[in-house]
Amino acid sequence: MAGKVNRLSPFNITALALGMAFLYLPIVILVIYSFNASRLVTVWGGWSLRWYHEFFNDRAMLDAAWMSLRVAAVSATIATLLGTLAAVGLVRGERFRGRSLFSGMLYAPLVMPEVISGLSLLLLFVALNAERGFWTVTIAHTTLTMCFVTVVVQSRLASLDRSLEEAAMDLGCDPVQAFLRVTLPLIIPAIAAGWMLAFTLSLDDVVIASFTTGPGSATLPIRIYSEVRLGVKPEINAICTMVIALIAVVIVIASLASKLSSSQGESAAPL
Amino acid sequence: MSARRIFAQPARYAAIAPYVWMVLFFLVPFGFVLKISLSQTAIAQPPYMPVFDFTEGWAAIKAAFAQLSLDNFTLLVSDSLYISSYLRSLVVAVTSTLILLLIGYPIAYGMARLPQRRQAIAMMLVIIPFWTSFLIRIYAWINILQHDGLLNKILLALHLVSTPVVWLSTDTAMYIGIVYSYLPFMILPLYATLARMDPSLLEAASDLGASPGRAFWLVTFPLSLPGVGAGALLCFIPIVGEFVIPDLLAGSGSMMIGQTLWLEFFTNKDWPVAAAAAVALLVLLVPPLLLYDRLQRRQLGGEG
Repeated sequence: MAGKVNRLSPFNITALALGMAFLYLPIVILVIYSFNASRLVTVWGGWSLRWYHEFFNDRAMLDAAWMSLRVAAVSATIATLLGTLAAVGLVRGERFRGRSLFSGMLYAPLVMPEVISGLSLLLLFVALNAERGFWTVTIAHTTLTMCFVTVVVQSRLASLDRSLEEAAMDLGCDPVQAFLRVTLPLIIPAIAAGWMLAFTLSLDDVVIASFTTGPGSATLPIRIYSEVRLGVKPEINAICTMVIALIAVVIVIASLASKLSSSQGESAAPL
Repeated sequence: MSARRIFAQPARYAAIAPYVWMVLFFLVPFGFVLKISLSQTAIAQPPYMPVFDFTEGWAAIKAAFAQLSLDNFTLLVSDSLYISSYLRSLVVAVTSTLILLLIGYPIAYGMARLPQRRQAIAMMLVIIPFWTSFLIRIYAWINILQHDGLLNKILLALHLVSTPVVWLSTDTAMYIGIVYSYLPFMILPLYATLARMDPSLLEAASDLGASPGRAFWLVTFPLSLPGVGAGALLCFIPIVGEFVIPDLLAGSGSMMIGQTLWLEFFTNKDWPVAAAAAVALLVLLVPPLLLYDRLQRRQLGGEG
């Protein structure tokens, strides 16, 4: 009976196939057209690397890409540090004053419209008279992405058996040693996945970066966005394909990390 | 037990740094939004006149409270531009969420029925687009939907239409973009509840004579409602404030509130009104946010 109830119906299969096609076809088409030799985005003119060449000669785009990579690397690192600490505090700490405010602050940015977060951070920076540029964008991205890191690390930490740490402490470790020697190695895959998620989220953001950046320090998404508003350009196809390739590498590493994690215990969802 | 208590102490201190960070860069900024939303618009730079200045001491703050200006908020309710933006945001968010449920549910249901190993792969496949830049995915759709884009080429080749259809800069394009971007946010919570469901409940239903369709409506669907709620809120809340997708794909006719706020801030440079619009948007989103928080808590509680 179980087999009958659990069998995939043709309806299930169709829904899955259509759903996956819907999710992936646009990206596949974009990647294919990035190798188009024709100047017209819609006419196929044979395979070519012309637009990649164009990108590597575009000073403004290269600067923006470099700015984005730096912001993403620095903000993801700070966010991972803070997000992991937050997860440890929430899962392992006892109830402390303002705990629900804290977890509320960590959940809100996950769903909050970006225009609100961006506007409010800019108004703070203006009030503090901070010079807008690399650091203001980095702080803004750290604030947003550390919440995602917290969620990822928290779910892994919550599924860990606490008696492992207690055993370490019975054997003479102090709490910090027990955490560093026992718990940390077990949650490292989730921390790595969190860093990569933070990195890709930062690399993707237009709205918050637009609010918090200053003149002359546009990130890649801001540049892409202003180009896209003017119409489709083949060079953008090439840039997008390279970003997708970079993110694909990140995902492969992350999935290897979470595979490592699941072989050590219960699997942690990447999200 | 005593070991647990000792360990709890450093863990408690672990939260201090992130706590301070979030207060500083998440909570405090809202204070500034509120403050500026109560300021008056000035012609000079910076484009607002602060109502109070902390450097001037207590007397200045007291004086400021005496003359707090609600002008920006009165403007919001009296100007039809803002009212129609809020209404459009609500209509777009509700419609998109319903479409997302209709499309996402069958996919999540299909995923939950796959063999265990394949489920992990399917889940990965749904998450990958979430990692891939959403700006790039919207841009991919512009490629497809433009006048001489792939969609019109296919439709023309199949003789389904005789002249190219205008897709870009229409509400249809915007809905396609929104549904496409938010689909993973809908599928994942739905899948999580559906996969956790005990299959013996369905067996019991079929043993008692329920047809698969009846079993679905009487057993599966009601049990999946927490997932439906979480997915719907996870999509609804950010869609209300969406900026990039309607800006790139929808027509220039009526704007969503995120676009109006952006325009007010960057083009008209009226910071106090933009801040007031943000405050009003936030107030609009507080009930769904609280609801989401409750569902989230219940789900975490159920797991732990």
